[in-house]
Amino acid sequence: MIFLTRRAAFSASHYYWNEAWSAEKNEQVFGRCANRNGHGHNYTLEVTVAGEPDPVTGFVVDLKRLKDVMEREVLSAYDHRHLNLETPEFKNTIPTTENIAIAAWHRLEPAITAAGGATLSRIRVYETPEIFAEYRGEA
Amino acid sequence: MKAYFGRRYLVSASHRLHTLALTAEENRVVYGKCNNAHGHGHNYVVELLVGGAVDAATGMVVDLVALDRAVDERILHRFDHANLNLDPLFADRVPTTENFCQAIFDLLRDALPAGELENVRVEETENNFFECSARG
Repeated sequence: MIFLTRRAAFSASHYYWNEAWSAEKNEQVFGRCANRNGHGHNYTLEVTVAGEPDPVTGFVVDLKRLKDVMEREVLSAYDHRHLNLETPEFKNTIPTTENIAIAAWHRLEPAITAAGGATLSRIRVYETPEIFAEYRGEA
Repeated sequence: MKAYFGRRYLVSASHRLHTLALTAEENRVVYGKCNNAHGHGHNYVVELLVGGAVDAATGMVVDLVALDRAVDERILHRFDHANLNLDPLFADRVPTTENFCQAIFDLLRDALPAGELENVRVEETENNFFECSARG
């Protein structure tokens, strides 16, 4: 089994806010991230797929096709967007790095599975070079 | 839903690789430049991976501020800008990065504010790193 990873960058804004809580509690739990005017990051998305190299091409997956899938399914929705206000999955879910990794998995998994040859293994999202979250499709 | 939260910290520390189990000459052969009697230092990068359920109210596996506080108390306060050889943990253990990585794992395993410590990676330089995992 070979694991292949492709990186891409997107820049987006967000804020953390739980509607079920008071303003005080949101500010206490989320600190500066609760600023309703939002703030932004240069995110790095890492998509890891797993599979066996094709006997003819030697590819686990055609990287150009994987790049196109990432562009179409994730970057076109997230890049230069406000995640809370412009993406349906974060209308009622806080766009923490953990939840962005989970949402990116759900956006990518059907297209990667449909393309055949490889399965989605891991999504890693870097919010900064020092902070990241990972999702491996676990319940 | 189980996810993982990763965080990287910088620890600048000095060490000397030397064991009393070997002669001075054997230490020089085994550890080379790392055996220099006055020690040397690194900018270690300590990368933690914390696994756990994403909290439905906060969207987080672990609160970053609480995690930073625990790491500051247990790791950074103790090892940053310090000589690893003088720490009691390394009184009879050579402070190789393997042993440093294991020590960090052991110090943090039961100290996290939430989630399970899945993996500790210590990067000694850009070209070598060491990992210690909950899976053994």
